[in-house]
Formats: sequence, C-alpha cells, structure tokens
Amino acid sequence: MKTLVHIVGSGPAGLSAARTALDAGARICLIDDNHAPGGQIWRGGPARWTDARARDAWNLLRGHPDCTVMQDAQVIGCGGSRTLLVETGGRGVPVPFERLVLCSGSRELSLPFPGWTLPGVTGAGGLQALIKGGMPVCGRRVVIAGTGPLLLATASTALRAGAHVAAIVEHQPWSRLSAFGFGLLSRHGRKFLQAASLFAELRGIPYVTGARLVEAQGEDVLRGVVVRTGDRDIDYACDFLAAGFGLVPNTDLARALGCEIVDGAIHVDDGQRTSRADIWAAGECTGIGGVDKAVAEGRIAALDALGLPPSGRDLPLRRASHAFAALLARTFAPGASLRAMCGPETIVCRCEDVTRARLLPHRDWREAKLATRVGMGPCQGKTCGAACAFLFGWSHEDARIPIMPATARALSDFAKQGEA
Amino acid sequence: MSPPDLSSRVVVDGVAVDVPRGVTVVAALVAANSLCTRRSVTGQRRFAFCGIGQCQECRVTVDGCANQLACGTICADGMTIATGGDW
Ligand SMILES: Cc1cc2nc3c(=O)[nH]c(=O)nc-3n(C[C@H](O)[C@H](O)[C@H](O)COP(=O)(O)OP(=O)(O)OC[C@H]3O[C@@H](n4cnc5c(N)ncnc54)[C@H](O)[C@@H]3O)c2cc1C
Repeated sequence: MKTLVHIVGSGPAGLSAARTALDAGARICLIDDNHAPGGQIWRGGPARWTDARARDAWNLLRGHPDCTVMQDAQVIGCGGSRTLLVETGGRGVPVPFERLVLCSGSRELSLPFPGWTLPGVTGAGGLQALIKGGMPVCGRRVVIAGTGPLLLATASTALRAGAHVAAIVEHQPWSRLSAFGFGLLSRHGRKFLQAASLFAELRGIPYVTGARLVEAQGEDVLRGVVVRTGDRDIDYACDFLAAGFGLVPNTDLARALGCEIVDGAIHVDDGQRTSRADIWAAGECTGIGGVDKAVAEGRIAALDALGLPPSGRDLPLRRASHAFAALLARTFAPGASLRAMCGPETIVCRCEDVTRARLLPHRDWREAKLATRVGMGPCQGKTCGAACAFLFGWSHEDARIPIMPATARALSDFAKQGEA
Repeated sequence: MSPPDLSSRVVVDGVAVDVPRGVTVVAALVAANSLCTRRSVTGQRRFAFCGIGQCQECRVTVDGCANQLACGTICADGMTIATGGDW
C-alpha cells in the first residue's frame, strides 16, 4: 500500500511538495480553497503560467492515478487531532490524514491610515490578485504605496493591464534600498537581474522613497491620496490605491492543529517538521521568503514526510532562499514611524468599525476584544490582528474553529458525522 | 469587443453587464461601475480589499445566496449579484 500524504495549499510550496511525493511513489491529496491551483504568485491557473516549475508540477499531477485534487475546498479547522474539516460545494467533509504538509502561504500586512476603508483602496498584493482575477483597470489611475518588493510586482501587473500608474510610494529611504540592491547583486544575481528588468519596465513612473501615506480621500469612493516625503506633501488623484506593508504567514490552521508558532511563523526544523510528528510545513507559512523558498521547502517537506533524505541540490537552494528572506526582512521591516499614519479616529478593525481611540485604553488583545469587539467580525482578526500587533504590540495567538466563516450546513454535516 | 461566446452576461443590482469568461464577481462589479460590495456596521460603503478571501470585505449576494466572497466567486452566465448588504 502506497503512503498517502495530504497537502493543504496548492501554491508553489504545495505544488512542489505534491510533485516530489508523487515522484517518490506516494499517493497525495492536495486541498486548496481557490478554484484553480497556483496560490498567490501563480494565481489564475495553468493557462496563465509562465514559470516552468508550475507547468511541470501540474503536468505530472493532472490526471495522475495517485493524485486527488480538491479545489474550491476550504479547510476550516480540525476535528480531533487527525481529521481536517473541509468545506466544499456548501457541504462539510471530514478528511482524515496520517501525514500532513501545511503549505498555507501568507496574507498581506495592511496598516491602517485615514481613508483606508474607502472603496478603491486595496492591499498591494490585493490589487495584484484582483487584476489577476480579471478586475478591469485599463485607463484607471493607480497609486501603489507601502513597502516591499510586492509594490513593484503590483505596478508591473497594473501597467500590463493598461492602468496609468501615477506613482510608486516606498516607505524605506533610498539608502536602504540601494543597500538591498547591493545585497542582491552580491549574493542573488538572478534576483538582481529580475529587479533590474522590473525597474526598466517601470521607468517613467515616479518612484517616491522615504515616504508615507497621510490619507486616502473621497466621499463614498476613493478620489485621491496624500503622501508625505520629508516635510513635503504630494497629492495624487487616483481611482485605485494599493497599499501593502509586507506579508505575514498564515498560521491559523497550524495553531488549530497544535503546531508550535515562533515569531508569527510555523516553527520547523531541518526536515520541515513542525512540533507535531505527523505534520510538516513549507513555504511562506514558515516565514516570508518568496517563491524559491516555497519550492525548496515543499520538496524537502515531502521527502522528509516519506522518510527520504533531501538531495544534494535541495539544501543549498533552501539556504540561498533563507539568505534572501533575511535580506528582505532586514530591508523592508515596517518602521515604527508608520504607526503615525493611524489617527485616533482611523478605523482599525474593518469588520466592527473599531477606531484606534477606542482600542487605546486597553492593555491587550483579549481585553480589547471583549470591550470593543475588535477582531470578532467575519474575518476573525485576520486583518486587524496583525495591525494591532504592529500598533500596540499585542499578540493574538488564539485560533478558533472554524478558522474561516463556514455555512451552518457544513458545520451540521460535521456534527452528524461525529467529527466536529 | 470579445465575441459573445467568450463572455458571460451577469446582472449587477438589476443592470446587465457582459464580462470575459472566467473573471471574478469583483471584475463584474467594476465593469458595472459599482464600487460597492457591502455596508459596514456603521453604514459605510465598502469594497474588495485583500483580493484573496481573507478580509471578508467583498461579501455580496449571488443568485440569492448571501455572504459570497466576490473576489473568489467566478462569474457564470445569467448570474445575479446584489450588493449593499449590511450583514
Ligand atoms: C495577496 C498576495 C499577492 C502576492 N503576489 C505576488 C506576486 O505577484 N509575485 C510574487 O513574487 N509574490 C507574490 N506574493 C508572495 C507569494 O505569496 C509567494 O511568492 C509564494 O506564492 C508563496 O508560495 P506558498 O506556496 O508558500 O503560498 P501561496 O502561494 O500563498 O499558496 C498558499 C495556498 O494555500 C491556500 N490555503 C491557505 N489556507 C488554506 C485553507 N485553510 N484551506 C484551503 N486552502 C488554503 C491559499 O488559498 C493558497 O492557494 C503574494 C502574496 C500575497 C499574500
């Protein structure tokens, strides 16, 4: 009987793990909540992929007799220690596992500023994802602001979709960005070339550095944005403002399963093993580092889950990706001065419309939750939890099942089957 | 203009729009010039924000079914979409 490995997430990490496990003669079950595989960077499905790693993996997986793919299937938690609760097609399906690889990726760090709730304001990766989903931006004016390499990737996607990119506003000062450039050049030559060609593509677009958002303006929808650099304020008229301040690992499912979390990421060892003997983790859920880290870790996780050693190439690839991750973290860590973006009347929790002023008197996340309902709405703190950690230093380590909103019907299905 | 067999016709708050096959409900809303998904608990107009099904800002009613995420729902021919829900 072949070993069965369950994998949550079909981004670069999950596809890499799936491919590796199939190659090694295992059976796999790949579960993902999107309608097409690919995760964030490869969003949009096979027809759009240009990266050979994505195509190769999918060509092997598609129609493979040992491969089950559950797409449009959201893992909303676990029942007992070895059963995933999966909602798909409006039904609840318990999925028992013996070996599980978590490849749940990351979400964006969104920091509050006046007007960030206006229609037309999105995350930076958010705008990327929306455009990849077909949102028309042709002829619309777009400003991209925040910090990190995703700003450039988003600008490129918007430009190719026909948008007029009015400005890219990067919080880090030029000195730090040039140090990043040298870091890439000296250790990550291929990434340096990628960055250089991205810059070439974006030439002509104002690139404002050492700047921060002051406010997004508009009555019912976004009309423009004010940006501060030094002691100068610049106004841009725009239809979309994409604001992103980096990424945070998705750890909700890992927490629910009882895996140890360190510094906001799933803790793993050399074999990508979590603190649970039957669960491995790979990709951005173990720390932010991009597609190469996800692919390298996915491979090692699948091998280790099958009791196989990594090959001679795997470890150097992972080491290089971790060095890149450290360079990213050093360069683009959001500075404390960004807390000043959030005024007293700025909404912090978008689900419950809780302002900063209402949060300020409280000592911690738990107390604030009870008193103000921050983090208690449909997103369960997925947006404001990280914002409050940044603004107030509150930790928000709790994970409740369901980790995502679920239908009553799915929950009653689990209950009937004795799993919930 | 794309030929009719490559597009889906959906109805956004009573207004019909044609959108390319395979796009999300958010794409249809923008095509219909309707930058609204739901009303917040204090009555503010909101729209898609995170784009990946995490923030829940883009909930709309699709074919009578409330609480559908516009960023993760693909347009189907004949689909009706209602916005402005305050749940
Ligand atoms: C919004 C956004 C946009 C991004 N855009 C880019 C970009 O354009 N270029 C770039 O270089 N990098 C981008 N990134 C960074 C990107 O995340 C990494 O480069 C890479 O995709 C990480 O791969 P991964 O496999 O670890 O995770 P991901 O690619 O994020 O894949 C994780 C997958 O797991 C699924 N998943 C998570 N939890 C569950 C669950 N409970 N049940 C079912 N499925 C689940 C997710 O929906 C997703 O499909 C983006 C990140 C974000 C958050």
